[in-house]
Amino acid sequence: MNSTNPTSGAINLDPWFGHYADRASGLSASEVRALFAVASRPEVVSLAGGMPFVRALPEDLVSNALARVMRESGPMALQYGSGQGLPVLREQILEIMALEGISASADDVVVTTGSQQALDLVTKLFIDPGDVILAEAPSYVGAIGVFRSYQAQVVHLETDADGLVPDALAAGIARLRAEGRTIKFLYTIPNFHNPAGVTLSAERRPEIIRICAEAGILILEDNPYGLLHFDEPVPPALRSLSADGVIYLGSFSKTLAPGFRVGWALAPHAIREKLVLMAEAAILCPSSFSQLVISEYLSQADWKTQITAFRGVYQERRDAMLESLAEHLPELTWNVPNGGFYIWVGLPDDLDSKAMLPRAVTELVAYTPGTAFFADGGGRQNMRLSFCYPSPEAIRLGIRRLATVISGERDLLETFAGTGRLTPTQTGDSVTAPPPDLS
Amino acid sequence: MTTPMTIAVLSGGISHEREISLRTGRRVADALTERGHTVVVLDPDADLFARLDEVAPDVVWPALHGSSGEDGALLGLISAHGLKYVGPAPSSARLAWSKPVAKTLVGRAGIHTADSLTVTREAFRELGAANVLRLITRALGSHIVVKPAQGGSAQGVTVVNDVEGLPRAMVDAFTYNDVAVVEKFIPGTEVSATVVDLGHGPRVLPLVEIVPVDGTYSFEARYTAGETNFFVPARVSDDASRLTSEAALRAYTALGLDSLARIDLIIDESGSPFFLEANTLPGLTETSSAPLAIEADGLTVGEVYETLARRAASR
Repeated sequence: MNSTNPTSGAINLDPWFGHYADRASGLSASEVRALFAVASRPEVVSLAGGMPFVRALPEDLVSNALARVMRESGPMALQYGSGQGLPVLREQILEIMALEGISASADDVVVTTGSQQALDLVTKLFIDPGDVILAEAPSYVGAIGVFRSYQAQVVHLETDADGLVPDALAAGIARLRAEGRTIKFLYTIPNFHNPAGVTLSAERRPEIIRICAEAGILILEDNPYGLLHFDEPVPPALRSLSADGVIYLGSFSKTLAPGFRVGWALAPHAIREKLVLMAEAAILCPSSFSQLVISEYLSQADWKTQITAFRGVYQERRDAMLESLAEHLPELTWNVPNGGFYIWVGLPDDLDSKAMLPRAVTELVAYTPGTAFFADGGGRQNMRLSFCYPSPEAIRLGIRRLATVISGERDLLETFAGTGRLTPTQTGDSVTAPPPDLS
Repeated sequence: MTTPMTIAVLSGGISHEREISLRTGRRVADALTERGHTVVVLDPDADLFARLDEVAPDVVWPALHGSSGEDGALLGLISAHGLKYVGPAPSSARLAWSKPVAKTLVGRAGIHTADSLTVTREAFRELGAANVLRLITRALGSHIVVKPAQGGSAQGVTVVNDVEGLPRAMVDAFTYNDVAVVEKFIPGTEVSATVVDLGHGPRVLPLVEIVPVDGTYSFEARYTAGETNFFVPARVSDDASRLTSEAALRAYTALGLDSLARIDLIIDESGSPFFLEANTLPGLTETSSAPLAIEADGLTVGEVYETLARRAASR
């Protein structure tokens, strides 16, 4: 449907163009996002997406669970369920969280449609336009998208090889408070950070808890990758150190499969009650079907061994990426993640990861520009490389292609060196992350 | 009721414009399906010709924006495979695909084109970037448009307003292609002229005036519904409209185009049209200008696409 302005005669292809809420600004077509469409082609090595390698999950583990659910609980699986989630699954979730030192009541668990929905609910619950959310620099693109949609101001805090820097947190809080700004919570991914790959050290965890407790700031702990460690397990969760000051988000997307769309929030009791009401208002209830299949899987399958198998798959891929980076791109910097899906790469100052993406697509390799992970325009000298989905051979090919891309771009920039400004202008291209179904 | 055809719509591919191609392909397929035809949408890959053999289409509709789809290569191969397609001869597509070549040919046909320089990445390296940049601004001024010599959807295109922005604009264009065109900016009314040949010779449909909300017809403005206002017919004098339509038709003829094309022009303040570029596979997405021109002419996209397909099939 088009609309024609009766006065001017202008045709506008969106008759509701002037009707959208302020928070919808920025929801426009994106040249960068369009480039990711090419990455779905088999010729392209995509190091851009974050899709888990679900083929490493034996199909019969899921199909057996599925068959049993339909045989024994079919009507329940096809029916509405509790807005808070199935009690039996919430009990099983406690067992999973116990692996990271969390002791809690199933009554305080809310099952959600992926932990992404939990992020949305928590943000909706706490954020008024203009409120500040503290986050690592960089931070998860999907969280930044949610925070933007509620018109929060995201303030990034220094993050190093040991995760969020406590002094930076304390200083940031003091500065923002002095400016009269309202800080609502700290959003943090303590384990195998997306995209930074780093893990918050055991020493820093109580310090972060203490700083936030003293400042009266809630912590939103997002932990989808914690069980996917390669060498040693991660330190105890922040939630294990503070039951009152932390909302913990967990997910089955990385340790089982994202297609179920099941995650959860563990929240202090008062917050949990509100989250359930908000969840019911949003979706009535999470998928009964998915919850029952997952519950059956957890009760019948050796899920801990399966997680170990996933670790092996991802470790081999991480190693392939690290070796290839060292061989083909020694001039770059990167971290060595001890788990998870991502390596965060630093580029030489003259390169811009967002501006370089078209050249990468031409060379049939894709990555996610660092700009996707900052709410403040940062990240141009970084890129996120995902090792979760492509095979080790594809990863090696992709890194070789990336080396060609970087060499070509550097050559071009050297040609123009000293002629004037080479820094790209900031554009309104706010969506620079790949879609969720990109490998 | 005429006989339904089997039509293979090709969309996707691995060009930078894959996403746009998928949108165009879907729209074309929907319109032709609504007209009662059997439409198979194919994303070209190594199995393409085997799939085409299976489908055995009466005609192929290439909706592949960007490189292999618009540079004539795939058209030549489809033809060599013994299939009919909607579109121009491969050689014509090749000429139109190169912006500097198309400008030259259209200019020789007596149509105004913006003063421009075609520059290669190699030239900057050999002659010194500072020297070349200086020559560009001396010749064209500092209000210029930099674009890759090939490609669409405004990818790699920058409108430069001051000399300082030129080096980065060149880098952005060269990120897409090793040849770039730098044109003098022509202030005026931006219009697209859709030329269609439904069997009675090429005809220019009502001109579509393009007014992006934020002033630049960028990728975002092109593909976000609402970000651009259109005026059909364009708000220009009758004389300017006539001159522009004539220029579009001459450009279409000079380039040897066929079936459907979109000629982009600027009408300057004196009412003279300036050719910008020709598109042999114009975008037919939900936000493209060609469908607006078709509707403004009193036709439906289904009728037009069907006639073009039938005409191509009967060649």
